[in-house]
Amino acid sequence: MQMYDLPDRKGHFGPYGGVFVAETLIHALDELRDQYEKLRTDPAFLAEFAHELKHYVGRPSPVYHARRLSEKSGGAQIWFKREDLNHTGAHKINNTIGQALVARHMGKRRIIAETGAGQHGVASATIAARYGMECVVYMGSEDIQRQSPNVYRMKLLGATVVPVESGSKTLKDALNEAMRDWVTNVENTFYIIGTVAGPHPYPMMVRDFNSVVGKELLTQLPEVIGRQPDAILACVGGGSNAMGAFYPYIPHRDVRLIGVEAAGLGLDSGKHAATLCAGRPGVLHGNRTYLMQDENGQITETHSISAGLDYPGVGPEHAWLKDTGRAEYVAVTDDEALEAFHLTCRLEGIIPALESSHAVAYAMKLAATLPPEQVLLVNLSGRGDKDMNTVARHSGITF
Amino acid sequence: MATSRIAGVFAALRANGRKALIPFVTAGDPDKATTVPILHCLVAAGADILELGVPFSDPMADGPTIQRSSERALKHGTSLRDCLALVSEFRRTDNATPVVLMGYANPIESMGYAAFAAGAVSAGVDGVLVVDYPPEESAGLHSVLAASGIDCIFLLSPTSVEQRMDDIARFASGYVYYVSLKGVTGAANLDLDEVAAKIPQIRKHVDLPIGVGFGIRDGETARAIARIADAVVIGSRLVQEIENSAPGEVVGNLGRLVGGIRRAMDS
Repeated sequence: MQMYDLPDRKGHFGPYGGVFVAETLIHALDELRDQYEKLRTDPAFLAEFAHELKHYVGRPSPVYHARRLSEKSGGAQIWFKREDLNHTGAHKINNTIGQALVARHMGKRRIIAETGAGQHGVASATIAARYGMECVVYMGSEDIQRQSPNVYRMKLLGATVVPVESGSKTLKDALNEAMRDWVTNVENTFYIIGTVAGPHPYPMMVRDFNSVVGKELLTQLPEVIGRQPDAILACVGGGSNAMGAFYPYIPHRDVRLIGVEAAGLGLDSGKHAATLCAGRPGVLHGNRTYLMQDENGQITETHSISAGLDYPGVGPEHAWLKDTGRAEYVAVTDDEALEAFHLTCRLEGIIPALESSHAVAYAMKLAATLPPEQVLLVNLSGRGDKDMNTVARHSGITF
Repeated sequence: MATSRIAGVFAALRANGRKALIPFVTAGDPDKATTVPILHCLVAAGADILELGVPFSDPMADGPTIQRSSERALKHGTSLRDCLALVSEFRRTDNATPVVLMGYANPIESMGYAAFAAGAVSAGVDGVLVVDYPPEESAGLHSVLAASGIDCIFLLSPTSVEQRMDDIARFASGYVYYVSLKGVTGAANLDLDEVAAKIPQIRKHVDLPIGVGFGIRDGETARAIARIADAVVIGSRLVQEIENSAPGEVVGNLGRLVGGIRRAMDS
């Protein structure tokens, strides 16, 4: 095992990460960093967080042998970490509980969030309801179309959903708008960022809260298969579910870490969101990381069938894991993800989120090349109930 | 090193008991051909320093007005390279008025620090303000700029604590830009009393002229700010004028608007 203690005190993972924000936010980020530095090792805070995860989320989530999917693949065994069984249906709730608790400690009663697929928005609205906080969610109007059931869920939970009409009307623009709200209301507002991106300490904080996934795996897998897996696979948009699964395994050098990005209509088509596979480093949304950008440094519009992966940046720690070779990053297309979605429905009786379906698709491809005694653990980050409209539309069905 | 154009302008204004007027427009808005005529008209109307916005796809610190101006400029493909070319063109007939490029980090990251600094020097750029490059993250760029004689302009905000003012003072040159409200550009809730209280506090830590911007929309506010600060920055109101003017009337309308603000400041 090798030591790994990133980020540094200023939030850097090698050349990535950092704090690239307008001056008005500097003080708020300094305060948050100092608070969180204390809380992350405070036994009372950690006990409170663990209690919520157990009694409100229903953790630990099980690991499950996808036996028929493995047979279909004809090689290595595919196992799922069932984050889809969490309260609200995805891994996102782990992080929102953690950040809402930090917000409570800091005395902030108003929370804001950005959302793409709507899962982070739902998780934020959920926890705001539970803790009696005001919640405003920014969501691209394009995503509001694609994810209407989640929009209604947020409203049921008492949140205000603000449609964002600027730019590409998707996740990146929702993030821009949430930043604008935060800069305006910084004194009473806590910004719950939904992925391992943004200015320090967000990438570290979101990773820490989601790393409950990898920590559970470290003890669960030896219990059920007698050892650690050969590889862990997770989809990567911003990269929060992947970082949560990967982080505790970084020192375990014999476990491959594989991030699966969205190749959309294909990497050659230009219509994709495979930032680590096809982007280059730059600065956006408060951190230095890989970005989808044109030759002049303008951020380009991305495409993925899955709203949660449709983002032109990626968490800075993934950028560092890529450059150092500790993790591998690959991409699968919309069509491949859809095929894996349908197979998982019919062979396992599990409707996976389209995001998670990307990781399943690559696991099946990889499994076919490996012997049957190998184990591939897929972080099944969310359930696909929210994707009914999208999948039906692709099959030519209207409700 | 020779005195920068920016320092020269502030020295001359001080000698005459006047304050600087710093208009902001986005390069390439409404189109590339109109940008240089706009810059000349702003000078003719009484601008002392020009802030030229470099359009960016994700202007996180800007309100809707400047967001839309960036979108218009990007529709014509206005790149950082184009912005430098526009400054060169402006310099052919105006070698006196300082020009500050204002924008976001990524176009500069993409071009590379050395290439950007060389391009800025040869175009005749005097200062650079990058909204999302705080000093602790931009030592690389700012040392290249400083070595090229280009001023590094930084923002201070209502949330900047005194320690922060010292930190900024170590890196800043030319002037500092006090963001007069918590929020994005173009918001309309500037608090004059708050600004008046903050400026003397900043002066204790920063030995540079102080410009004030964000939320200044008319001559009356400009005049009030001119009494307490060294420079008045006006952006969104001018960009709005560009947006609302018929093609062919942009330059004339801007000239009248800025001329009126200048007269109010000097009265």
